[in-house]
Amino acid sequence: MIGASSIRKEGRAKVLGTAIYTDDKFMPGALHGLTVRSEVPRGILRAIHFGEGIPWEEFTLVTAADIPGTNLVASVVDDQPFLIGIGEEITHSQQAVLLLAHADRHLAEKARRAVRLEIEELPAVLDIQSSLDLQPLIYGTNNLLKEIRIAKGDPDPIWAQAAHVIEGEYRTGAQEQMYIEPNAMLSVVEPKDGLLQVTVWGSLQCPYYVHGALKQLFGLPEKQVRVVAMEMGGAFGGKEDYPSVNGGHAALLAWKSGKPVRLIYDREEDLACTTKRHPSRTRLRTAFDADGNLLALEADFILDGGAYATLSPVVLSRGAVHAAGVYRCPHVRIHARAVATNTPPPGAFRGFGAPQSLFAMERHMDRCARQLSLDAVELRKKNFLRMGDTMATGQVIREDLDLAGLMDRALAAIGYRDKRAAFALTNPEDGPIKRGVGFSVFMHGCGFTGNGESHVASVAGVEGLADGTVAVLAASTEMGQGKNTVFAQIVAEALQLPVELVDTAPVDTDRVPNSGPTVASRSTMMVGRILEDAAIGFKQALVQQGFLAEPYTPASFQAAVAKAVAALGSLRCYGQYHRPPGLQWNDVTYQGDAYPTYSWACYAAEVAVDLDTFEVKVADFVAVQEVGRVVNPTLAAGQIEGGVAQGIGWGLWEEVAMQRGRMINNQMTNYIIPTSVDLPRIQVIFLENAHAGGPGGAKGIGELPMDGPAPAVVNALENALGALRLDEVPMTPDRLLERCEEVSHG
Amino acid sequence: MADRIDLSLKINGADHHVSVHPFARLLDVLREDLRLTGTKEGCGEGECGACTVLLNGRVVNSCLVPAVQAQGAEVVTVEGLAEGENLSSLQAAFLTHNGAQCGFCTPGMLVSATDLINRCPNPSDDEIRDGLAGNLCRCTGYAKILDAVHSAAEREAAR
Repeated sequence: MIGASSIRKEGRAKVLGTAIYTDDKFMPGALHGLTVRSEVPRGILRAIHFGEGIPWEEFTLVTAADIPGTNLVASVVDDQPFLIGIGEEITHSQQAVLLLAHADRHLAEKARRAVRLEIEELPAVLDIQSSLDLQPLIYGTNNLLKEIRIAKGDPDPIWAQAAHVIEGEYRTGAQEQMYIEPNAMLSVVEPKDGLLQVTVWGSLQCPYYVHGALKQLFGLPEKQVRVVAMEMGGAFGGKEDYPSVNGGHAALLAWKSGKPVRLIYDREEDLACTTKRHPSRTRLRTAFDADGNLLALEADFILDGGAYATLSPVVLSRGAVHAAGVYRCPHVRIHARAVATNTPPPGAFRGFGAPQSLFAMERHMDRCARQLSLDAVELRKKNFLRMGDTMATGQVIREDLDLAGLMDRALAAIGYRDKRAAFALTNPEDGPIKRGVGFSVFMHGCGFTGNGESHVASVAGVEGLADGTVAVLAASTEMGQGKNTVFAQIVAEALQLPVELVDTAPVDTDRVPNSGPTVASRSTMMVGRILEDAAIGFKQALVQQGFLAEPYTPASFQAAVAKAVAALGSLRCYGQYHRPPGLQWNDVTYQGDAYPTYSWACYAAEVAVDLDTFEVKVADFVAVQEVGRVVNPTLAAGQIEGGVAQGIGWGLWEEVAMQRGRMINNQMTNYIIPTSVDLPRIQVIFLENAHAGGPGGAKGIGELPMDGPAPAVVNALENALGALRLDEVPMTPDRLLERCEEVSHG
Repeated sequence: MADRIDLSLKINGADHHVSVHPFARLLDVLREDLRLTGTKEGCGEGECGACTVLLNGRVVNSCLVPAVQAQGAEVVTVEGLAEGENLSSLQAAFLTHNGAQCGFCTPGMLVSATDLINRCPNPSDDEIRDGLAGNLCRCTGYAKILDAVHSAAEREAAR
């Protein structure tokens, strides 16, 4: 039931080691697939040379020339080819050129190394500034993958009148999702009833994205393509769009060979070629009156989108909408651009553009407080959004929003005032350890931005089974977040049943409808709401057809379902997304209700910096959030704790080192994620404020915890070390040393 | 070089004799030859710990152990932790405390935690952190794993 910490549905299989992940699926006679990639960032592919000493006749080989349908990955913009053909342009260092497969994994690897690509190199664009400068032009007419402008009022007259105008530039680095299970796909392509049937089993968040990509790749109708989501070893957005690429590659090899194919990336390949969080550069300009009231805000927000558009337009959109943060401001101008570079395309990663722009805004507010000689708490209190205020897109806050109360709760929990006072006394003393405490206040829009939900028009349902239990029919995938359990709780609550009588159907496009992708903190709130409707419809159908009488017990309900299934053969009821009345959005002007609602939070961090080594230890962390009604408190706390860990990692340690457009630290040994010894226990506090639009009052939760940790930790660093140029994450020891030296050397 | 080598070892109490690739790793023998797929591969270089097993009672990353070195050895994998249908105290605690989210690190985490509780029956938070520092988890932030290990240790102590 909603509000109970029900046990994870698939948890028993996970602790027994019997849960079947993609690479665990036994496929007799399967070939091992491998991918040959370009190693230069830009050039023209002239030839593929097959070296000596390899029995090439035993291999299945696939090039662009073999592709039966369209050689473009179906996405927001269809601009990325599955494979580059001879004479075509290579646009990044990991571009797939040739697929090969063989029964012997060791021989396949030897063959991959024996392939030599002849490439005529061209000058490449490897960073944001070169792309903006068109040095050289590599994409369209202006190197822009997407450009968005959001305007409210007119900031221009304000700059000259305002008491204070404060500017800043902030940067964030790429971040690897680092799911522990690397990307993995299996495929079989065989004739069935005289028609070609393409099946892919994989580690993937969005079965219908892959389904759409395979239809386009093979030029097949819906019925001849099947996608099955296996147990997934983490994703965090990293298996949102990329599976359309490697799923297509696996299917091409299976189709050409006529045999089952396994395409399992090792960690080095996964890190080098799959998507990451977009690097960003944000320039902010803010005007304040003499009392510290925010009068105007201008944001120039830029994402490095890599070689193809992929998801950059929608990542940019979320980042742009979140760029003004949680503050009331009459005059706002946001200019957002995703620029093309010759690097592997970044993609979705928990937060989806919002962590980048919110890092800038929340660092900027602390810097503004310092320059205005105001307390960072007081400056925020003066400017917080409240009920009736309008956001940058013109969206009116219709809920009783109390950000000051939320912030006070977090500051009290971490002991902010006492710690500030204590550190002010201890930091000036000799000794290498300096301590600080800082915080951030932020929001995360629930569900897709703008009209996204209307475009997808998700469908989900419930099905009665022969034993009288109920199955959830949805394409939403379980990646550890707890979807199986939360959906069962929502349906059980609607049907007034114990949660044990509800389970999820396997996520197989032959069985479940398109409930949309498993992204954007939308599963609980959006799909859950549809399931609530479907469950109520299911119960009404049972009553109307005389199988069920109300009131009922779980046992009589189960008996009624079993009887109805026996009589009717199949018993399914579906629901579909309907836009709530009153929500308006204009995709062209970027005006209106960007999201149906927001989750709100204040995160506070205490850090200890060692000035001998420049290592930073996060000593304490508090996460206070208002996420509507919490469906499963234990699973929800797990989501918050895990998201905070990733956010701290992004803020302090996780650096993607690039050289000539290629990640060079593509190993777990030298890309550092937090271990158990690196993190404090995170205090998680939920303030529940039921939201009318979600099932049982729930809002989105998955991405929110990624947004706040980096600015909170860096604000704490400033408290520990004083006014350094702390404008970038990750703030690694090297970078922190450099920033300290800037001050000591003047 | 021989095409295959013969290997005898005891896994979760049962004797196995297999013929394996000369360069096979213990992980390959478990997953491919014996189809004990509970043990996972996350990195292939001994960093993530998803492939952790007990080899003659010691915690190892099975991706770093050449199969030939396991000749005659006793191996315990995640599949060997439960007694029939009954979950071990740690498995039960991981289930009730949400110590497993995506579950991919869980098999290795459970094997390391089993070894930890054997060595240190009443561990502190920091002792658990040290004991599990070789097992990376990207989902939990580790707090629920600490809770699960404490709870299992208390249950074992009460037995």
